[in-house]
Amino acid sequence: MTNRNMSALNESIKIARWILREKTLTLDTLNPQVKAVEYAVRGPIVIKAGEIERYLEEGGTKPFSEVIKANIGDAHAMGQKPITFLRQVVALCTFPELMDSPSFPEDAKRRARRILQGCGGHSLGSYSASPGVECIRKDIAAYIEQRDEGVPSDWENVYLTTGASDGIMTILRLLVSGKDSSRTGVMIPIPQYPLYSAAISEMDAVQVNYYLDEDNCWALDINELHRSYQAAKQHCQPRVICIINPGNPTGQVQSKKCIEEVLHFAYEENLFVMSDEVYQDNVYAPDCQFHSFKKVLYEMGPEYFNSVELVSFHSTSKGYTGECGFRGGYMEVINMDPEVKAQMVKLLSVRLCPPLAGQAAMDVIVNPPQPEEHTFKQFHQEKSSVLGALAEKAKLTEKILNAVPGIKCNPVQGAMYAFPRIFIPPKAVEEAKALGMQPDMLYCLRLLEETGICVVPGSGFGQKDGTYHFRMTILPSIEKLKVLLGKVRDFHIGFLKEYSGLE
Amino acid sequence: CHAAIIKMDLKKKKKKKLYWAHIWMHGTPSICQLRLILYILHVCSVISRFTPEILRKGIHGDTMTENGCEYRERVLTMDTMNPNVKRVEYAVRGPIVQRAVQIERELKMGIKKPFTEVIRANIGDCHAMGQKPITFFRQVLALCSYPDLLEDGKFPEDAKSRARRILQACGGGSLGAYSTSQGIEMIRQDIARYIERRDGGITCDPDNIYLSTGASDAIVTMLKLLVSGEGMSRTGVMISIPQYPLYSATLAELGAVQISYYLDEDNCWSLDISELRRALQEAKKHCSPRALCIINPGNPTGQVQSRQCIEGVIRFAAAEKLFLMADEVYQDNVYADGCKFHSFKKVLFEMGLEYSEKVELASFHSTSKCYMGECGFRGGYMEVVNLDPEVKVQLTKLVSVRLCPPVPGQALLDVVVNPPQPDEPSYDTFIKERTDTLATLAEKANMTQEILNQVPGIKCNPVQGAMYTFPRIHLPPKAILEAKEKEQTPDMFYCMKLLEETGICLVPGSGFGQRDGTYHFRMTILPPKEKLKIVLAKIKEFHQHFMAQYS
Repeated sequence: MTNRNMSALNESIKIARWILREKTLTLDTLNPQVKAVEYAVRGPIVIKAGEIERYLEEGGTKPFSEVIKANIGDAHAMGQKPITFLRQVVALCTFPELMDSPSFPEDAKRRARRILQGCGGHSLGSYSASPGVECIRKDIAAYIEQRDEGVPSDWENVYLTTGASDGIMTILRLLVSGKDSSRTGVMIPIPQYPLYSAAISEMDAVQVNYYLDEDNCWALDINELHRSYQAAKQHCQPRVICIINPGNPTGQVQSKKCIEEVLHFAYEENLFVMSDEVYQDNVYAPDCQFHSFKKVLYEMGPEYFNSVELVSFHSTSKGYTGECGFRGGYMEVINMDPEVKAQMVKLLSVRLCPPLAGQAAMDVIVNPPQPEEHTFKQFHQEKSSVLGALAEKAKLTEKILNAVPGIKCNPVQGAMYAFPRIFIPPKAVEEAKALGMQPDMLYCLRLLEETGICVVPGSGFGQKDGTYHFRMTILPSIEKLKVLLGKVRDFHIGFLKEYSGLE
Repeated sequence: CHAAIIKMDLKKKKKKKLYWAHIWMHGTPSICQLRLILYILHVCSVISRFTPEILRKGIHGDTMTENGCEYRERVLTMDTMNPNVKRVEYAVRGPIVQRAVQIERELKMGIKKPFTEVIRANIGDCHAMGQKPITFFRQVLALCSYPDLLEDGKFPEDAKSRARRILQACGGGSLGAYSTSQGIEMIRQDIARYIERRDGGITCDPDNIYLSTGASDAIVTMLKLLVSGEGMSRTGVMISIPQYPLYSATLAELGAVQISYYLDEDNCWSLDISELRRALQEAKKHCSPRALCIINPGNPTGQVQSRQCIEGVIRFAAAEKLFLMADEVYQDNVYADGCKFHSFKKVLFEMGLEYSEKVELASFHSTSKCYMGECGFRGGYMEVVNLDPEVKVQLTKLVSVRLCPPVPGQALLDVVVNPPQPDEPSYDTFIKERTDTLATLAEKANMTQEILNQVPGIKCNPVQGAMYTFPRIHLPPKAILEAKEKEQTPDMFYCMKLLEETGICLVPGSGFGQRDGTYHFRMTILPPKEKLKIVLAKIKEFHQHFMAQYS
């Protein structure tokens, strides 16, 4: 066949394909920002894990009997038990006939009644006001005041959300504007929780990276903030700084001094501060303490407290409750322009309201049983047992991982993850490149295939060039965690052997 | 010089900056200008000196910043905010509802009004209007929330078996675990079976089901995928007028082009294909139309589309290569004799391979409407048909960023699609509750239309389905003039007045869109019958009084 015939044939195949298959919505016509979004925590490795799980269910065989999903901070999925009191209140709210049941304690009933009184038609099935149920917002404000030792909190600054993610997205949506060099830049830590990078891609904002200091327990270095800000100013307009404290995936807990420096920096450079404090109850290291950005801001004096725009986020998903499925959360907004606030309320109202069951769960977290109440003892016991176990697991993880040659793990001061640095031999790096994947992705895929353990490659969170990490949760039960860490160790040693040519 | 000081707006630091720039550009400042600058500096120093005290006294930071001389400019202001957010409008929870909340507070504070309570007929919020939840649904949810109750003898076995089944599908057997982002697989399978039953056996693949946080969430997600291009090639989305304002709000936020097609009020708000064609042809001049949204049964207009009409829409979408979005959240809310709900999916598949293999369709459903009315649980799903597999991967990725829809809402949806069967203990109660709720709604739909049509100057189409009436109201020219003076749309003026005088909260038609020069309001038919009668009587009285006042 001549060339001309060939190209004519190709052309007609193309046309035929176009007629047959051309869709309105294809990868070519898809919103390009959607294409740019990446979210590793539920990325290819998790999809692969799902496939393997299904394969095992269908009777397939692997060198392991179950997939352990250590990729996500999903406490209940890992066997953590819900707090009884919280579930009692939610059940009472859901099915108020239970108010007559003697098997529910009075204090749970009292809370459920109060929540239901705040709901339209006394039902969890009605919409709430878009910022959330009023009495729950008031409870949250009271809780914040108590947490921050008297720093005032106005309940009208509190907005309930569908998990913290929803609140974070909403604020970012308000902040993104401008074109080219005036496009909003958002400063985020590297490593970061990929919700931030995903949201920034989706909104077509500019991601401005500041690197946490791995050699210094992932601490935030103020000089690095300056460097990153100055560099970004060349091509965008940095307008927001996001802080995750305690850190995800890095587990560091910021010192008060460090927070002061960040706030001073934000004040000087006119940055909007977003502080992601969903792990505020998850602090394990004895010499660490959680300091809320709001409290530190207050203590820096009115000059700061009255001008720095700050939003802080909290959630029902972490802490000691681990109620991820309820999608409860809130944000507190400080110093926001009243006109902008009105715009935000409008924006929230389009989505109607956050799920009521999640709002109810949030209410229990901010308004737990008091010492004089009947359920206090049990509640307190459950809470400290969860937090105690987490602290133990944090320690255990760090210890075992650090004993493996080629793995270096900073102390897990807080949150729910270890983010160890792993040495990947040059040969493995080359092989990954040949396969068109990140070296740590190759590592994690191999780990999954060989052991059934699902962790997320560091490249999904961001890391300094040439360094490799993975994120794993510390949530499996102690026994399981020991087995898991043992398997990681064996795998790593085997991996090093295989690629160092020592065999 | 004095006049200059008065003219000078001290409220915005920005303007001061402009003033500095002005002086800088126009050479040496005059004495008068210097005095002005000194005055500004003085005001600043006075305010800042007193600020700490003001603060200690607990006055809001706002008061200080309002005065102008703040320490630093705010990062996020109306000028710097995302301009698309400004364009968003959502009347269902707009200014009139905010005023209603204020009035409620005023009533609580003991302020006298010509009424004792605010009746919120602005939103389809069933339970808030006294509708009772379906017992079986709540039993299952309570069991899922607090599994200790599985030992409780008071709960029927069928509720327990469903709760067990749902919990088994949850991570760690708990509603508190994240689900996969697409939604719990078992629930997606149940939904697929439900759709198959509804559509007379047309197959449904669970992989095409995505659970969502209410239908709104899924609609926004689909639109997000569809929007692209710049200028002439920017995505245009066809929406009905009147429409449910989620659509216009989302299009505004995404910076997409809204293409309005008008429903035919004289013909029971039916959809006319020639109007679709007109709207599309016009839009093609300035954007790239790529999607067509249909709400059936209609919100706010309450019409139920005939099968023939749906076929016409599908043919049109196929010919024009439009992505179809069918909002079918009111699918169980059909009241009028001779009307029946036809799902777009079923009609599409019955039109033959030529269509069923080609037309891209997403249909939406929710737990918030129908006989359940469980708005607060934010349960919902969408089914996608003929979605490009690569795009589906992108969709899955996009929803994964938000982790998962609320699990209690997913559980609820599972019971909705998998209700008690005739041989199960809860069947009778369930059927009775469902029938009662739907029958009452049908009665109220009828009653609303009847009473409103008796009022001179109000004309109301039959409420064939959904939960709203959208009557046309005649407003006298004098009232229109007064509204203009107040910079309100005439129907907003009308609704505000109605709220102030009767406590009834409705949404003006302008929030949904209407033909120029026509005025409407949307009101739900949800209040209990007795209350609804009173509401309608009050509206009647108000309207007559309004007409008398402005004629």
